[in-house]
Amino acid sequence: MNATCKIREKLAALGLAVFLAAPAWAQDAAAAAVPTPPTPDKGDTAWVLLSAVLVLMMSVPGLALFYGGLVRAKNMLSVLMQVLTIVAIASLVWVGWGYSLSFTGGSPYIGGLSKAFLSGVDATTLAATFSNGVYIPEYAYVVFQMTFACITPALIVGAFAERIRFWPLMLFVTIWLTIVYFPIAHMVWYWAGPDFLPTQPGDHGLLYGWGALDFAGGTVVHINAGIAGLMGCLVIGKRIGYKSEPLPPHSLTMTMIGASLLWVGWFGFNAGSNLEANGVTTVAFINTFVATAAAALAWAFIEQIVHKKPSLLGAATGAVAGLVAITPASGFGAPVTSIALGAVASLVCFFFVSTVKNRFGYDDSLDVFGVHCVGGIVGALATAIVADPALGGQGWFDYTVMPAVPGTYDMGAQLVTQAQAVGITLLWSGTVSAILFFAIDKTIGLRPGSDAEREGLDINEHGERAYNY
Amino acid sequence: MKLIIAVIKPFKLEEVRDALSAIGVQGMTVSDVRGFGRQKGQTEIYRGAEYTTNMVPKVRLELVVEEGFVPQVIETVQQVARTGKIGDGKLFVLDVHEAVRIRTGETGRDAL
Repeated sequence: MNATCKIREKLAALGLAVFLAAPAWAQDAAAAAVPTPPTPDKGDTAWVLLSAVLVLMMSVPGLALFYGGLVRAKNMLSVLMQVLTIVAIASLVWVGWGYSLSFTGGSPYIGGLSKAFLSGVDATTLAATFSNGVYIPEYAYVVFQMTFACITPALIVGAFAERIRFWPLMLFVTIWLTIVYFPIAHMVWYWAGPDFLPTQPGDHGLLYGWGALDFAGGTVVHINAGIAGLMGCLVIGKRIGYKSEPLPPHSLTMTMIGASLLWVGWFGFNAGSNLEANGVTTVAFINTFVATAAAALAWAFIEQIVHKKPSLLGAATGAVAGLVAITPASGFGAPVTSIALGAVASLVCFFFVSTVKNRFGYDDSLDVFGVHCVGGIVGALATAIVADPALGGQGWFDYTVMPAVPGTYDMGAQLVTQAQAVGITLLWSGTVSAILFFAIDKTIGLRPGSDAEREGLDINEHGERAYNY
Repeated sequence: MKLIIAVIKPFKLEEVRDALSAIGVQGMTVSDVRGFGRQKGQTEIYRGAEYTTNMVPKVRLELVVEEGFVPQVIETVQQVARTGKIGDGKLFVLDVHEAVRIRTGETGRDAL
């Protein structure tokens, strides 16, 4: 959904496009032979930078505490350290080659290396938004997207928490970003931008070209991380004691703090993904708010019915499931349809976490698959429904004409497109992640020794304890 | 001298302590303990994973009193700590051979 452009090179094209778009004004404008580059709006720029900070807060400390509270005290620091270090690695990899591979043209599958180490990006270069003639500084776009590359691999670690060696995991993350995350981000989000697509109709990623709608990263972030997590927990195997001894969360207080920070930070994730501070931004904002509320409540209700007690962990998990599910739909739905989406996603995730996982017996420690992948799929498919203008949705815009106009909405066809995008993501991420986990496990090894696992990763992997009474 | 050990429900501690102070008990030692008896345990559910904890948290009081004082202490604890539900706890009374106050070196009943 996002786009960049080399504004200097394309300036002539832009000038021509604006010229054609405003014929009444053209006679006057024709006199000005050299068009001036558009000046980024200060409000848009401030909002995108603030959103980047909010999304960073989702990872550290939000996700770190959410996950950390769910493991046993002996593994608390290992989870915090994994998330913190992944954020550091992903930031550097993003500057090194991630931004370039994700957001430059090249093939429909992956970008090129022309902007490796942010070559050619400076304070004057611009990135496109979703409106003709509206731009933000490219650095703002680089850091905003960087925070997504930080949180996605960090989400994966929950699937095999409490039984993973630190450095092999970091190696996995570096390679996974390069061969899984960047291609999928490119396929879903890369396009030439609203001012350039009319003249370069083929300059976009594969799934963007199919017309897949993913406002803020349901496929790129959540399905992608969720299926990778499932593959990880299958390759690595179950924790010692899984199903035979209690493995209860050590601090649901921490988990509550983490879930709350995720909810707050998610406004940057979803509403920030509009790249402008305008009306659609507020649509994404309110949808993110109410879908989450409905999902938290739905989980509490279903627990009251099934287990006779509503648990804090359940409500917090429901909130996260709602956040995940509304992500692809956030800028497309309406508040009322978002409420329904959040509630439905919460119930589906509850079923996967409490029933499907137990039925199949895979040890997805912190339910990365059950919440992120499943919630992401529900959200991606439901986006086709809630985006329908007949249900108060935003529909889609045809950017191949100048200026962009609303496209004709076909819910059935959109649903098929969404399912195809989900399928590609599951297939690519699932297959490559499984091979990568397997290869690292068979070479340098992913799992600590059983004594180390029993004693805890904090003391064995990091030489410290979370709590010294 | 007798040692009275009382294992009670944690939330009854303050009430028992106040009641014992009111009848003249000068001090006691309190520890957090876990255990089980006829009250089997509690069920915890985390995202559908059910754990039955067979150890229940309790509070253990230890106090040493003169022999003549024992019935009154026992009666007080038994009445105040009682909820009537399973898991109210137990009382034990043991003989104590000697007591010494570390600061002064006093022994026997003077040390209590």
